[in-house]
Amino acid sequence: MSIRERLSGNEAVATAMRQINPDVMSAFPITPSTEIPHIFSSFVANGQVDTEFIPVESEHSAMSAAIGAEAAGARSLTATSSCGLALMWEVLYVAASNRLAIALALVNRTLSGPININCDHSDSMGARDSGWIQIYSENNQEVYDNFVQAYRIAEHPSVRLPIMICQDGFITSAAVENIELLEDREVKEFVGEYCPDSYLLNSKQPLAVGPYAVSAYCMEAKRAQLEALKNAKQVTLDVAKEFAALSGREYGLFEEYRLADADYAMVIIGSAAGTAKDAVDQLRAEGKKVGLLKIRLFRPFPGEEIAAALQNARVIACMDRTESFNAQCGPLGAEVKSALFNARLMPVVINYVYGLGGRDVTVESITSVYADLIKIDQTNDAGEIYRYLSLRE
Amino acid sequence: MAIDVSKITETISWKDITEGCKIEAAGNSRMFNTGDWRVNTPVFIEEKCEQCLLCVPVCPDSSIPVDNYKRGEFDFMHCKGCGICAKVCPFGAIVMKMGER
Ligand code: SF4
Ligand code: SF4
Repeated sequence: MSIRERLSGNEAVATAMRQINPDVMSAFPITPSTEIPHIFSSFVANGQVDTEFIPVESEHSAMSAAIGAEAAGARSLTATSSCGLALMWEVLYVAASNRLAIALALVNRTLSGPININCDHSDSMGARDSGWIQIYSENNQEVYDNFVQAYRIAEHPSVRLPIMICQDGFITSAAVENIELLEDREVKEFVGEYCPDSYLLNSKQPLAVGPYAVSAYCMEAKRAQLEALKNAKQVTLDVAKEFAALSGREYGLFEEYRLADADYAMVIIGSAAGTAKDAVDQLRAEGKKVGLLKIRLFRPFPGEEIAAALQNARVIACMDRTESFNAQCGPLGAEVKSALFNARLMPVVINYVYGLGGRDVTVESITSVYADLIKIDQTNDAGEIYRYLSLRE
Repeated sequence: MAIDVSKITETISWKDITEGCKIEAAGNSRMFNTGDWRVNTPVFIEEKCEQCLLCVPVCPDSSIPVDNYKRGEFDFMHCKGCGICAKVCPFGAIVMKMGER
């Protein structure tokens, strides 16, 4: 039986964490994710969970403590945003290379500067190549559902990698929406007990974690790590299937919205997809063949599947909520274009930078993107292929 | 489950390397041949040695084995050729071969 509630995105994640009842949470507050450890620590204080809560002195320490705890054999997690994730940078790679299935609730916020506390994806996009699994959420329901599925993916024996569950700062993290929760018992059964094969606190089996690897081993270690990340794709699908049987809510590697016969496609991540779906509906009502692909799994990047889903599109807009400062494309644009190229598909792809530092995304602004795509098709002139949306000229 | 450390060698394939390079076994750092990092090599001149054992505790790599209060030949599997022992020896019983392993 599902429970109808109304929760903010942060409350939804904290609720999932309570239902999972992890062994260790280490955290340091940063806007807009502060509420997550704040709410969770009240669950600890009230005895609703038996988690060891470690209030650390920085985000570098938060991730380091989670690494230590996970290596010791404890199911561990943390939450952060923006510069907090940036301060974890060094140790994010250590968590991944040591194959520690830590869960991180990321509330996306821009990286300074200019200093700004609002949403864009520059924090998680900067960490996209750290070896973590990355899953993005459109709304509160999705971030809750994704967090419930997180450990099942991360701890799978063919994967064993840390996982980042991302949601948009303020837009979903602070906004209260209707939500359907699973019962505590259902989450507990779905996630299951954590029984690692090897862990430092096992007195019967001595273990060295994270030893030095000379040049003769380092490349083999990285290749093995890549295989684990690749495996996360199928595991994500398998876990989603089980989750659908439990909740009735279906998830894939990405969501296709009126895409199958669309001539004009948009690829987008996060909360703006909700706004974009409204724009798609309006344009479809006017007879325009527009559609949308919303990324869920960004790491590993399901390139083949995305290229197949986009194969009929004539003009594509890749929406990047971050500036990559390479003067060519954003991270999503780069991934989608290389996936299309590998599949020998050559549609026109326009890469938009949008919503930086919390810049509003509206049905009108998204509609203007589709209007651009249609015009490009009609005039056969792509014009500038790397553009800013809703920028004052 | 303990792993067979002897199977982790420089010929191991990426498919067989342990997850995150973890080592599920104890007491195996001795198997790691750090001696091949050596550039200079100490030579033990036994006839000059008075067995004062001053060289033993200063070796940063515990590469001078002692048996029954007497030092023996260097452990070249782990000696890194730093030359500290040669500097310390009061009797000229250790000389450094420079640029040789
Ligand atoms: S310091 Fe020199 S004399 Fe003393 S034990 Fe070592 S080699 Fe022999
Ligand atoms: S050269 Fe250095 S490492 Fe080698 S035995 Fe002497 S003190 Fe030890």
